[in-house]
Amino acid sequence: MRWVNRRLGRGHAIMMGALPIALLLLLYLLLAADRHAINPADKILPLPGQMVDAMAALILERDPLSGGRLFWDDTFASLTRLAIGLLISTASALLAGLVLGILPTVRATFGPLVTGIAVIPPIALLPVLFIAFGLGETAKVALIVIGIAPFMIRDIAAHIAALPREQIIKAQTLGANSWQVMIRVALPQAMPRLIHAVRLSLGPAWVFLISAEAIAADVGLGYRIFLVRRYLSMDIILPYVAWIALLAVTMDLLLTQASRRMFPWAHGAGY
Amino acid sequence: MSALLSLRNIWVEYGDKIVLENVSLDIADRSFVSIIGPSGAGKSSLLRVILGQEAPTRGSILLDGETLPPECGPDRGVVFQRYSVFAHLSALGNVMFGLECAQAPFAARLFGAGKRAAREQAEEMLDAVGLKDAMHLYPAEMSGGMQQRLAIAQALIKRPRILLLDEPFGALDPGIRADMHALITRLWNEYALTVIMVTHDLKEAFTLGTRVLTLDKRRHDPHAPHRFGATAVYDLELSKKDPAALEDRSDDRANLRADDTNSITIDNKRNN
Repeated sequence: MRWVNRRLGRGHAIMMGALPIALLLLLYLLLAADRHAINPADKILPLPGQMVDAMAALILERDPLSGGRLFWDDTFASLTRLAIGLLISTASALLAGLVLGILPTVRATFGPLVTGIAVIPPIALLPVLFIAFGLGETAKVALIVIGIAPFMIRDIAAHIAALPREQIIKAQTLGANSWQVMIRVALPQAMPRLIHAVRLSLGPAWVFLISAEAIAADVGLGYRIFLVRRYLSMDIILPYVAWIALLAVTMDLLLTQASRRMFPWAHGAGY
Repeated sequence: MSALLSLRNIWVEYGDKIVLENVSLDIADRSFVSIIGPSGAGKSSLLRVILGQEAPTRGSILLDGETLPPECGPDRGVVFQRYSVFAHLSALGNVMFGLECAQAPFAARLFGAGKRAAREQAEEMLDAVGLKDAMHLYPAEMSGGMQQRLAIAQALIKRPRILLLDEPFGALDPGIRADMHALITRLWNEYALTVIMVTHDLKEAFTLGTRVLTLDKRRHDPHAPHRFGATAVYDLELSKKDPAALEDRSDDRANLRADDTNSITIDNKRNN
């Protein structure tokens, strides 16, 4: 049988998917054990026990300075920033994408501006944001928004502009005006694409969040990672990175499921 | 014979390419006009102009004696070969769309009694095209033939003055196509429709139509083929019950056999 035709059953697929991850973990353990055999005080590749000890302090014990449990405070602060940033970006993508995609006059007027903003590297604007909004929450959220909103707007606008012309014509022959075409034809068909755009933007959103936190913050997952870097605390950095990955994967999964449940018509005949 | 739709000296040009030149037609109420012709002869352009999707470069179109604006409206329904239905709405939602747009200008959705009334009307329409059992399916779950039935029901619920069909059955297999021919003939009679259909299928054009228009270029310049547009070169009225006369007038491009010509005048024409 040709390799392009080989398919795995569900059980086998999960097993095969877990295999590279397990191998990577094993490799890490071997390397870490090797380094500790030479130098028991090694900090670069900590053993699982050290990570558990270091994390237990952050998860369970209250920080004498802030009075909170740092791990949860960091998680809460980061997720709040991410959520607000994603919410603003998604709302503006839907709104702007919709009118840009469906109204040729608006596209002609604002299309070049959106494209122009989208090609500016967001990190280059970070100093501007800090100057304009101070070092508080606003600047961090603004960085996420500036980082992902233009991409999402362009994606939604392009998707709507690519809707078959026949549909728009048909809607008009059924008596729809511009507004009705927008909310009954374009909007519902933009929704699954919007969720898709959010999924794709999650990665960049995390990058901008961590960057903003690394530069100016007093709490947050990115802040903690960059703080403990000074003490070579890989036993905290690695679990934090794993935690971020877990959060990101969970969000992605939830979005996929939400899309399948809410917009079954957009997910092919097999629903 | 009063003309429902009149085209007066229609020219369609894209840049220096002339697609249609000087098309003048009168289309009677209750007629079924088939438009045939080689690819690139402007069949679809003519349909788009009548639909209002495009404005003619020159000339005017009158519906009931009034000039049509170059924009689509509910007086002209349309069924395209593909993408005619909304993928995000169930069959019922697709048919109700036209009613909702007219009755709820802002929300474009109906509630309560209005919704029930629209739903009943839509169910009746779906029943008429044979989709009563499929009204909760999404278009992605339907076959090509079912989607076209749905597209027809969706257009007819607005009771358009003219129904425009752009190769509506081109993508369907022969068996389904025969069913669709029976369906459209029945609906044409029941709903007293005026139909203009563009097709590639000569047999279809002659079986369904009461009038067959052939679009082609009258003149051809080998050095600048784009400078001459197409126009109606043959205009066959099929409502006469005289096969011999039809035989004489049918052109050799159409290449019809005698029995084909006969079948044109037998069935589906109960209007004379």
